[in-house]
Amino acid sequence: MQARERLPAKGERILSLRGVTKRFGAVSALTDIELDIHAGEVVALVGDNGAGKSTLVKVLAGVHQPTAGSIEYMGRPVTLDSPAKALEMGIATVFQDLALCENLDVVANLFLGHELSPWRLDEVQMEVRAWTLLKELAARIPSVREPIASLSGGQRQTVAIARSLLLDPRIIMLDEPTAALGVAQTAEVLNLIERVRDRGLGVIIISHNMEDVRAVADRIVVLRLGRNNGVFTPETSNQDLVAAITGATENSVSRRQGRLAAEAGGTTA
Amino acid sequence: MTTDNDKTTLDRADARVRHDDSLKGAIRDFTDRLRSGDLGMLPVIVGLVLISTVFSALNPVFLAPNNLVNLLFDCATVGVISLGIVCVLMLGEIDLSVGSMSGLASAMIGVLWVNAGVSLPLAIVAALATGAMIGAVYATLYNRLGMPSFVSTLSGLLAILGLQLYILGPTGSINLPFASALVGFGQLWILPAWLSYLLGLLPGAVMVWVGLSVMRQRTAAGLSAQPLGRLVLKAAALTVGLEGAIYYLHLGRGVPVMFGLFVLLAVILNYGLTRTQWGRSMFAVGGNREAARRSGINVRRIYLSAFMLCSTLAALGGILSAARLASSSQQAGTGDVNLNAIAAAVIGGTSLFGGRGSAWSAVLGIIVIQAISNGLTLLNLSSSLRYMITGGVLAIAVIVDSLARQSRVSHGRG
Repeated sequence: MQARERLPAKGERILSLRGVTKRFGAVSALTDIELDIHAGEVVALVGDNGAGKSTLVKVLAGVHQPTAGSIEYMGRPVTLDSPAKALEMGIATVFQDLALCENLDVVANLFLGHELSPWRLDEVQMEVRAWTLLKELAARIPSVREPIASLSGGQRQTVAIARSLLLDPRIIMLDEPTAALGVAQTAEVLNLIERVRDRGLGVIIISHNMEDVRAVADRIVVLRLGRNNGVFTPETSNQDLVAAITGATENSVSRRQGRLAAEAGGTTA
Repeated sequence: MTTDNDKTTLDRADARVRHDDSLKGAIRDFTDRLRSGDLGMLPVIVGLVLISTVFSALNPVFLAPNNLVNLLFDCATVGVISLGIVCVLMLGEIDLSVGSMSGLASAMIGVLWVNAGVSLPLAIVAALATGAMIGAVYATLYNRLGMPSFVSTLSGLLAILGLQLYILGPTGSINLPFASALVGFGQLWILPAWLSYLLGLLPGAVMVWVGLSVMRQRTAAGLSAQPLGRLVLKAAALTVGLEGAIYYLHLGRGVPVMFGLFVLLAVILNYGLTRTQWGRSMFAVGGNREAARRSGINVRRIYLSAFMLCSTLAALGGILSAARLASSSQQAGTGDVNLNAIAAAVIGGTSLFGGRGSAWSAVLGIIVIQAISNGLTLLNLSSSLRYMITGGVLAIAVIVDSLARQSRVSHGRG
């Protein structure tokens, strides 16, 4: 709820990772990861199981600390040493299991832990802000005074995303936001992601569903065995994407991206 | 039926939700809630009607004003313990040692005040502090060592009972001076008639006042507000009910001061649970501990507050029961005190599974429990039968809670 110094302009680089490495003992979960996130951009993070997507998200959420490499946020090098710090800086995460209290209503969930006037809860003000936020997102929640238990999966995802927006973040990370949803609900959440992007936030979305990724992402970053394995556009064919994810074939796209990455790495080093 | 406003309020924009402010709508909402397992106060009302019909048929003294006054005296002692139980049940935990804790507190009053000559206020503070400390021990065992409260408080039950017997020593029973203020408070003091009638007006007045100010705020903020008619009707029904009950009690001795203290504590706890961040956190931790933790709630501190509050209120209940019986004895806090306190909270509508409940559940539940026990005593039934019947009632209450919970889950009401 604290005011950030300024809103980044659309297209401005908010976050950049250079050579981020995370080792758990002998296992190298992430090796030399490079990643840029710009304002008003949806970046999809794809990869097979064990590719390091979740580890990368946890590094950005402040849960894990990288073994090596640097993270720059809003043009300044930072260390994300706790979840609270990441949140405070403006990196919000919506985890796969959403973490909502089913016995509480939508307003209570949105403001959980950040209630207005703790000794005399300002229910009216909280309800107004909840409606305003949900309206901005064009979210279709029938009533904010119903317990979460009565909402559908898509509506719950909406509430979880709205809650992360309440703290006014610059980047929001969504871990498998459509994994448990039906067709209509998936469409609803994808619409919501676009509206979040249009507010000028950087969005990182992890998904196994290539169709969803292609529908909403501006760039697709492929990880494989803890390394960058190319950056693609949504226009890339499914075969090429799958190939990059599984590493089944050495294809032209990954070769070109590899060359570009090598050049970029050469100039920054 | 309400006509369509030309300006829809912020919270009424979705056409899928039924909004009906008429009386018929209120009744339909109520039946919908019942069907989905949101029983609210209904089990209590059904229980009370059933109990008073059966017992007054068997013994007309049951509904006599003075018997009800005695009933309220008894309610206050175990009811205060039950308030604490509401707090731990809210988190999905339990405290099985509240009976022993109340016994220890009662013994401390006898030993410190009567035997050792410590001043009464100091003895009371010492007993309450002991309660708070024991609660803190349970919370620490839970938070740091992951010891389930079921086990820690079960061992506490025995350990504290031992401590109670130890400090009482071989005599086993200490009589409290009958002329003292404490015993007067526990057995004699009655609110003056004018004061109790005045206090009876208060809830309705507060309801209207708060309701009006909320209505004003909501309208100003562009939200829908509940219709004035329903608010006034509710407040009027509450006031008439309360004043009628007070009038009936004043046909006998009147409203006990001790019961007033109990209701005051319930009002405070109710405010804490529903209107503060602490209360919201209690519901959140009881509903989904992990979600609460990730929202930045200090879950350990919530557990600490609940266990400490429970043990402290149990100690206070013990002091009140010492006052009620004018003695501290080895029997204090044993027998059915534990189960009555837990059963009262559950019968009143606090869920054993966490995340649901209210302070009022302790008040209403204890009236049901004490009515049963009082009625059985009037019938001159032995304690063996009393225990069996009270045990059966608790079992029924838990079954109702369980079924209601399953129904809520299937109807999507958490």
